[in-house]
Amino acid sequence: MSVLGLSLPFLNAQNLNLNLNLDLNLAREFLYVFSAVAFVLGIKLLGKQTSARQGNLLSAGGMLLAILATLLSTGLHFQWILLGLLIGTALGVVLALRVPMTGMPEMVALLNGLGGLASVLVALAETLIRPALGVLSSGAGYLSVLIGGITFSGSLIAWAKLSEKLSGKPLRFRGQGLINLLLFCLSLGLGLLYLALPSPPFALLLIAGGLALLLGVLAVLPIGGGDMPVVISLLNAFSGLAACAVGFVLLNKVLIVTGCLVGASGLILTQIMCKSMNRSLAQVLFGHFGASAAAAGATGPALHAHPLTGEEAFYLLESAETVMFIPGYGMAVAQAQHAVFELAELLNKRGTEVFYAVHPVAGRMPGHMNVLLAEANVPYEQLLELEEANTRLPRVDVCLVIGANDIVNPSAHSDPHSPIYGMPILDAEKAHNVIILKRSMGQGFAGIDNPLFFLNNSRMLFGDARESLQTLIREFKTC
Amino acid sequence: MELLLILILSAFLGFELIARVPSQLHTPLMSGSNAISGITVVGAILAAGSGHSLWGTLLGTAAVIFATVNVVGGYVVTDRMLNMFEKKSDSAGPPS
Repeated sequence: MSVLGLSLPFLNAQNLNLNLNLDLNLAREFLYVFSAVAFVLGIKLLGKQTSARQGNLLSAGGMLLAILATLLSTGLHFQWILLGLLIGTALGVVLALRVPMTGMPEMVALLNGLGGLASVLVALAETLIRPALGVLSSGAGYLSVLIGGITFSGSLIAWAKLSEKLSGKPLRFRGQGLINLLLFCLSLGLGLLYLALPSPPFALLLIAGGLALLLGVLAVLPIGGGDMPVVISLLNAFSGLAACAVGFVLLNKVLIVTGCLVGASGLILTQIMCKSMNRSLAQVLFGHFGASAAAAGATGPALHAHPLTGEEAFYLLESAETVMFIPGYGMAVAQAQHAVFELAELLNKRGTEVFYAVHPVAGRMPGHMNVLLAEANVPYEQLLELEEANTRLPRVDVCLVIGANDIVNPSAHSDPHSPIYGMPILDAEKAHNVIILKRSMGQGFAGIDNPLFFLNNSRMLFGDARESLQTLIREFKTC
Repeated sequence: MELLLILILSAFLGFELIARVPSQLHTPLMSGSNAISGITVVGAILAAGSGHSLWGTLLGTAAVIFATVNVVGGYVVTDRMLNMFEKKSDSAGPPS
């Protein structure tokens, strides 16, 4: 076992030099099988309400196993690895514990971007370490740089849009699609050149990385903030595919299996989300939404909304038998979920029937509202999904729309020219009275007008959602 | 092509796994699978520990850091979200 002389037996796996380190390699492969199983079961359990937390812990256990198994590889210099693991763990824990629940979507975007970046760096490092890879591995290395680069810069743009460091509105310029297409073809062409050259220059890989970063930025910038959930989900799939490509560079099965698993499941999730908005992925990515939104915004007739005061809202609520809350991203921004729950409990105690209608794409991520309402301890049985909420809405006395806009926009039914035409919405306008809590008459994240605000049964309660709710709570407590 | 077979089988597995998930679990699911995509840390460890060259080691170590942030941050964030769902089902106490 001349281990030290043979620096990296694992990397010579192609030569089937395995018997030298049979025991350790066998143990490692064995552990990899366990961690792959843990990931599969983990994702499966994550899909069920009762077992989701165990699923997450199981998959975390699988990850720990995969890392430990990798450390069994002979010939590793541990000091740099341990340093990286320590710094990464500390940073990860601090970031994850400090982010408020409302900031989850942008946190996921950021973490996802880092994963993509890591894949790029691994592919670059491996190319430096072993320049003479086979066609399969060097092609995969090129792909990792490309996909990982797009994931990184695209996720950063998504993060900036979600945390409102960039405008949520689509940023477009003339010929954008053409430029993206050219960049894409250029990066593929470079890839072919990279494979064709007998000893391709490392600089080619760096250029590809640069192109990928640019492509990620240009591809996400024109997409409106309302579509960011779909984008994050797609980029999540991309980071899985990047990891999978890294697996082909290293000929490492656990990377291939796991990366592909995340890639495939991410694509399915993306598709589910597109379906719930009644749009195709192509529409999301190539910007029909933003383009027609700008046109629709310009041609709104001048209508007047009916404002009301907190006291008037209180009288409406006081006499209501059934109240439905429709939360949107504005609730998240105003951190109003606890106030919503407090008001709902007060109503409940008075014998008023209370429901929460959760639109599948309310907020900035699917299930975003569920997470926030769960944080505020809202009972599960009061949460209604889209269809059930819509069957109940005609019998609802007061519908409180809290910082939601596009998901209650009736032009999705009535206006074939509207960019959201055909998207399933919550039919808030069918309730006897609609109270809309909103900061101003501004447009929603999609940047389009909402005729709901001008209906005869709609009333606007202007102001910060949490403050408005607290006014109502005070009224109920003093009456 | 053993690796290709593995690739295709895991793709099918991934497609099947996600098919039926209630919408309230989409955010935790996305964040949990985002943590799993940090599996690239395995490649990062191999690169960082290769001891081949300064650049290879530096790039590898940076990759270990980023991938670990992805992994650890992703799992902790997901657990925080799911913890809230759990708390809610426990505290069904106060009757409505």
